[in-house]
Amino acid sequence: MTSNHPRWSISYMAFVLHRLSGLALALFLPFHFLVLGLAIEGEAALDAMLVWTENPLVKFAEWGLVVLFGLHLMLGLRVLILEWAPWSGGLRHGWVLAGVALAMLGGFGFLAGVIG
Amino acid sequence: MTESRLYALQRLSAVLMAPMVITHLITIMIAVRGGLTAEEILARTQGFSLWAVFYTFFVIAVAIHAPLGLRKILIEWMKASTRIANGIALILSLGVLALGLRAVIAVTGGGV
Repeated sequence: MTSNHPRWSISYMAFVLHRLSGLALALFLPFHFLVLGLAIEGEAALDAMLVWTENPLVKFAEWGLVVLFGLHLMLGLRVLILEWAPWSGGLRHGWVLAGVALAMLGGFGFLAGVIG
Repeated sequence: MTESRLYALQRLSAVLMAPMVITHLITIMIAVRGGLTAEEILARTQGFSLWAVFYTFFVIAVAIHAPLGLRKILIEWMKASTRIANGIALILSLGVLALGLRAVIAVTGGGV
């Protein structure tokens, strides 16, 4: 998808955020799989890494990834609807704002789980 | 593969993954409660289970989806040639597929 919208419009920001969130998630994937793959060596190997992830900085990064994951989902659904279904009017911008809100809510759910 | 087929693959993988992403996000929020331990993770995923099937399809879909997205960024933003972008996307796809399936086997005990 390319964007013809003027820069800094909500539509353009949605386009850029969708791409950047996807890029961050794509770069994270190999590390995520490598960590889970430690379970092949047994519980202890995976646990050693999980102890490291209790570091607040790592938890903060995980929170960021959860928010980006939710954001990428909502902005991706927006692309699918825009391309495959007639969609006009203010709801298009509303979807972007709702996407940001839902992603933040997901991040809050993650934090509540970590702290709770 | 033509651009239109790559586009279709990207969108098809997105449609398949949307419900998987929602499921995964909910699972994350439940899993982090009380801290993550290998015992807890493996107790949920080990053995023959729907989790093994679910995450196998999730890995295959993301191994298609993510490299195609990266390919677009490389071509449109980084001005990479199609050949270079295709090469990088293919390497990422194979890497994600291999590491992802290994991770699924690791946490499910190969119970697919």
